[in-house]
Amino acid sequence: MLEVDIRKDFGKFKLNVSFSADRGITGLLGASGCGKSMTLKCVAGIVTPDAGRIVLDGRVLFDSGKRVDLSPQERRVGYLFQNYALFPNMTVAQNIAAGVRGRDRARREAMVADMVKSFYLEDLERKYPRQLSGGQQQRVALARILASEPHALLLDEPFSALDSYLRWQVELELGELLSPFPGPVLFVTHSRDEVYRMCENVCVLDHGRSQPEQDVHTLFDSPATVSSCLLTGCKNLSRAVPGPDGRVACTDWGVSLDPGRDIPEGTTHVGVRSHYLRPVEAPGENTIPCTVERVIDDVFSTVVLLSTPGGGEGYSRLRLELPKEAWAALSSRDSLCLQIRPEDLLLLKD
Amino acid sequence: MAKLPSGLKGLLDCVLTLPLVLPPTVVGFFLLKLLGPKGPVGQLITAWWDTKLTMTWQASILAVTIVTFPLMYRTVRGAFESFDKNLLYAGKTLGRSNAWVFWRVLMPGCRQGLMAGTVLAFARGLGEYGATSMVSGYTPGRTATISTTVYQLWREGNDALAYQWVGVNLLISFAVLLAINLLERREKTVKWPAGSPEV
Repeated sequence: MLEVDIRKDFGKFKLNVSFSADRGITGLLGASGCGKSMTLKCVAGIVTPDAGRIVLDGRVLFDSGKRVDLSPQERRVGYLFQNYALFPNMTVAQNIAAGVRGRDRARREAMVADMVKSFYLEDLERKYPRQLSGGQQQRVALARILASEPHALLLDEPFSALDSYLRWQVELELGELLSPFPGPVLFVTHSRDEVYRMCENVCVLDHGRSQPEQDVHTLFDSPATVSSCLLTGCKNLSRAVPGPDGRVACTDWGVSLDPGRDIPEGTTHVGVRSHYLRPVEAPGENTIPCTVERVIDDVFSTVVLLSTPGGGEGYSRLRLELPKEAWAALSSRDSLCLQIRPEDLLLLKD
Repeated sequence: MAKLPSGLKGLLDCVLTLPLVLPPTVVGFFLLKLLGPKGPVGQLITAWWDTKLTMTWQASILAVTIVTFPLMYRTVRGAFESFDKNLLYAGKTLGRSNAWVFWRVLMPGCRQGLMAGTVLAFARGLGEYGATSMVSGYTPGRTATISTTVYQLWREGNDALAYQWVGVNLLISFAVLLAINLLERREKTVKWPAGSPEV
């Protein structure tokens, strides 16, 4: 169990993060520059927070109140860097050996042999990092970290240095290699897809502030805030005012919709995913009359940008994503009615 | 040094680089004022060891060290600053001591910079005339350096002997530069990643 509650002031940027992570992979999701990497650096002891507490399995790593600040060496937290940070002057075997603690030579050699085997590095032991592919480098980095027997793992955008065609393969491998790890794993990324596939829990970071950690499915099915909604890939948002009749007035879209449930206190926006907009023949309940502005042909789908009664600029515009055949069946018309099922309408706070 | 407050760091940086910008004679003048029999350090040396530092070969070594130091300092600092910090952090989070990270990761990674600094400092040291001639003068067999000897021989009109010393100088320079080039060629087999990503 890793508990983090830290604050650090960088002048313009203020980091204020609080979350806890149990065994398994916990995602830290946020746009770039929101403090994800900085949070990991604070946990690893590379950067010292101004105030707060970091506790790992009951062991206090940092406590500003009690003046506890363990060195990175004492923390036993493994850090997988974005560029893997393999020592370029050492071979694969030497890199892994650098991770083994203690001076016992026989133990070190046994550990290296063990790691080489379980990370499929058998033919690469004598190679230098620059001779390896991105995926191989990542395996070496991970082997080196696990050789140091960490009590927690921090992964900083582990796929960002890889070509896109390699990512899928490496992601599968990483998931398998990490599954036996007995401690908490923090996984930093800006990709909602990676979080959805790899993590059980997720904590959303926005401009240095953390939101309460939650189950991944909860976040994707019913994000509660505008920032988490945007991070999970929802592109249709409108400012909203709850009306007395249980409906919401969507000011940007220029319509009033029925959410089919009680509107939570403090709702400021509504959202709907591009896949959940349903083209219908005639106006009816929860429909928005739209005009087609632009049609974009994507690899496997067609993206249609539409203007609403609220206008055709910024948030007033809707984005509809359809399978190519479905759009062809609509015979490329210029106006369209879009229906939103009440359960697909997301009610959001700013 | 990196951990010092920025004001103090700037001042220290200035002081350490100053000998590069000052004319060697000015450096020699300061050294004489400091180490000479009437200078504060010179008096201490006379009081403790009953000897004087000026006009000795030790003084010329000191002068050359001070004059060449900024070249070494500047190049090595540049190499340290452009080094990928993540490699250092990686070593530390793996449980390796700060000394291990320094000697096994940082120093090998900065070898190019260290060698460049050595070459520059060597070249400057071999050609040093102003400061050494001021603090240690020219006593053949005791404080004479190649550059002061060549000057002295030329003044005396002894061109033949001057040529011999010029030859010795050329030989030393060639040998050192050749050695450095050979080392560098071997060095190129290890490539270091450039720059580090977002912090």
